[in-house]
Amino acid sequence: MSTTTTNIKDINANAHAQEHVHVHRDDEGSKFGMWLFLFTEVLLFGGLFFVYFAYRVWYSQGFHDGAQELNVVLGATNTVILLTSSLTMALSILALRKKNTTLSLIHLGITIACAFGFLINKYFEWGYKIHHGIYPGSEKLLERPEGEILFFGLYYLMTGLHTFHVIVGIIILTTMGVSIIRGTINHDKYIKLENGGLYWHLVDLIWIFLFPLFYLLH
Amino acid sequence: MSNHSEITNNDIHTDMEHHGANSEEHDVHLIGYGTYIIIWASLLALTAVTVAVAGINLGSYTLFVALLVAAVKSMIVINVFMHIKYDSMLFKGIVAACGLIVLIIFVLMGVDVFTTVR
Repeated sequence: MSTTTTNIKDINANAHAQEHVHVHRDDEGSKFGMWLFLFTEVLLFGGLFFVYFAYRVWYSQGFHDGAQELNVVLGATNTVILLTSSLTMALSILALRKKNTTLSLIHLGITIACAFGFLINKYFEWGYKIHHGIYPGSEKLLERPEGEILFFGLYYLMTGLHTFHVIVGIIILTTMGVSIIRGTINHDKYIKLENGGLYWHLVDLIWIFLFPLFYLLH
Repeated sequence: MSNHSEITNNDIHTDMEHHGANSEEHDVHLIGYGTYIIIWASLLALTAVTVAVAGINLGSYTLFVALLVAAVKSMIVINVFMHIKYDSMLFKGIVAACGLIVLIIFVLMGVDVFTTVR
């Protein structure tokens, strides 16, 4: 009979514990939210692609001439780098789901390393251009035909915005890596890594379109 | 006292099992390492095709072919790497709606670009 008071405490403790266990987790909703965000990103870059499209039609010669000055080898290398990083991103998630945390971290590390490789390439590419006096608002550029000015303006804007997304991607993926090490992302709870992967694949997708449109305008 | 007998450790355990099952339910399908690597190789091959085609003078068709190859690559990345092929209609719907909206804006803009005098 003295158990009545204890029972009430037990009820409260168990109910509280049950509340903790009953944490609302909605992986599908989480993924849905991520896809909605990706949709906004598509509209962001899509808008810029539309501008590219209009100016390319109206200044086709200028665009053609401007594209001749871009380095196809560097562009293609960056494409290969990003495609490989997408592979290792997917492999990272797969490894985690198969409970191989070490392999998952290795693949994630390679993905981040590829991202840095991309940044280094971009640095040299832009550095070379800027060193030769071709950058938005520069005297040398403003002397050129209108079409070329527009081409390089779009080039710097779109690849610049894309590079910013790569940098943000590095931060996101590193954060995921830390979570994996801590165990807050694991083989049972990996939606954050999946969502980070979705973001990274989008970064790759955008480059898949940027590359032929800017570098392969022969 | 009947309340107490309802809330037991067994119930808590069942809840966790339920959550564990729930997280696996929607995505039982696992794509293997081999498949991912084949997909990656295909993407690299398509990149090579894009570069090669750019060297060939196809006139105004060059852009069309380049965009076509880019579209094929995107569909591969979206379906396999981003898992849309194996996801529910909800996600397929979002991607389709997104693509449709972009296409509509593009077409309407195209009409404007090709019919107005600059």
